[in-house]
Amino acid sequence: MNLTLKIWRQKNQSDKGGFKEYKVSDISKDMSFLEMLDVLNEQLSDKGEDPVHFDHDCREGICGMCSLHINGKPHGPLQTTTCQLHMRSFNDGETITIEPWRATAFPVMKDLVVDRSSFDRIIQAGGYVSVNTGGVPDANEIPIPKRIADEAFDAATCIGCGACVAACKNASAMLFTSAKISQLAMLPQGQVERKERAEKMIAQMDAEGFGACTNTGACSAECPKGISLTNIARMNREYFSAVVSSENV
Amino acid sequence: MSWVTKTFNSTLGQKLLMALTGLFLILFLVVHLAGNLQLLLPDEGESFNIYAESMASNPLIRVVSIGNFAFILIHVIYSVVLTRSNKKARPVNYAVSKASTNSTWASRNMGILGTVILLFLIIHLRGFWYEFKFGELPTAVYDGVTYKNVFAIVSEAYSNIAYVIVYVVAMGFLGFHLSHGFASAFQTLGLNHVKYSPLIQKVGAGFAIIIPALFALIPIVMYIQTL
Repeated sequence: MNLTLKIWRQKNQSDKGGFKEYKVSDISKDMSFLEMLDVLNEQLSDKGEDPVHFDHDCREGICGMCSLHINGKPHGPLQTTTCQLHMRSFNDGETITIEPWRATAFPVMKDLVVDRSSFDRIIQAGGYVSVNTGGVPDANEIPIPKRIADEAFDAATCIGCGACVAACKNASAMLFTSAKISQLAMLPQGQVERKERAEKMIAQMDAEGFGACTNTGACSAECPKGISLTNIARMNREYFSAVVSSENV
Repeated sequence: MSWVTKTFNSTLGQKLLMALTGLFLILFLVVHLAGNLQLLLPDEGESFNIYAESMASNPLIRVVSIGNFAFILIHVIYSVVLTRSNKKARPVNYAVSKASTNSTWASRNMGILGTVILLFLIIHLRGFWYEFKFGELPTAVYDGVTYKNVFAIVSEAYSNIAYVIVYVVAMGFLGFHLSHGFASAFQTLGLNHVKYSPLIQKVGAGFAIIIPALFALIPIVMYIQTL
């Protein structure tokens, strides 16, 4: 395949940045999107040019590190991570536009790399549970209905990639935050900090400068892990019941 | 900052206000429509004029109508507040966006739809509500009692094709606004449940078509009657 790539280049956080066009040829349909970018970067390195910076780590679709807004969609045309997106999803001769995630809370560091530590700070605000020290507890000691365990696990599959924020017209982090609140709120282990967690994580989410939710559903539609909007409704319930009943005045 | 102000300054608190006021306005639409359909009764406006007078003189309705204006105001103010913070959350837009593949047009354009509805509301209130309250209205006498003849100004307004078109088009915008707003309000309240959500979505979709269609029917029928 021969492709034209329109890639966002930006030297650093303060640089204005802009699109630059590149041509790559003899790309195999079986390559992943990141491997295609590796080919481009080798070309650029050979010419002594600065390679295109992009985030990646496991390349197995489980770490949430790869990002990229490809042809108008987070992680490209399929509902998957960019590392699991293959070049067969594109046509020979196509022009592919690659942009970084766009959000105030995700500042562009360089080219396509954005700083997603705002997500870490939301987790730090309340995404943890208290555990007793001492001996290792028996597995299955605490009875949890299968349905609840499954639903909590579904929420826990969120890899924190930020596609929800990237897809949302308001750059809202509600799908992410709601998944992180849900996975703990549904389980007995998460009850100790339940109210505090909802209040603190949402306060942090707002402080980071993410937008509000309009319930468009774009986040869930683009989520590589298919995190459901029911989590956002649950987060709202958690929050509203926490603010009216907690002792945090 | 007290916990109350903190809550209503949070994105979720502001969304809660949007949802609650939105649901109240939805309820208001039903009551308003039920009253207005009397315009189509073949009695030269007698039942409508009596109804209008009884609404205006009922103290409970007066309280509700003040609440109604307050809720419209809150709905508008918080939509501006939220839109501003949402725009601030993404100062640089994407060069290419395929948002149409992941969300409905109405859900992405509630602000535009709402603005058009607000403009219509101003025209609508100026034309009828203001005239009824402060204007010089013709009168009608039923069973020896004199009533303001609101029906007369309504039917006069609806004999003007331009006015009819504004009304019908505005109801189209209202339909799109409701097509997202109805179910969205329940989601914001946290009412998302496998048993009830499919029903809420179906009722919402029906509501968004039937209510604006019946509202639009009134000026259309009354215009045809004047031909």
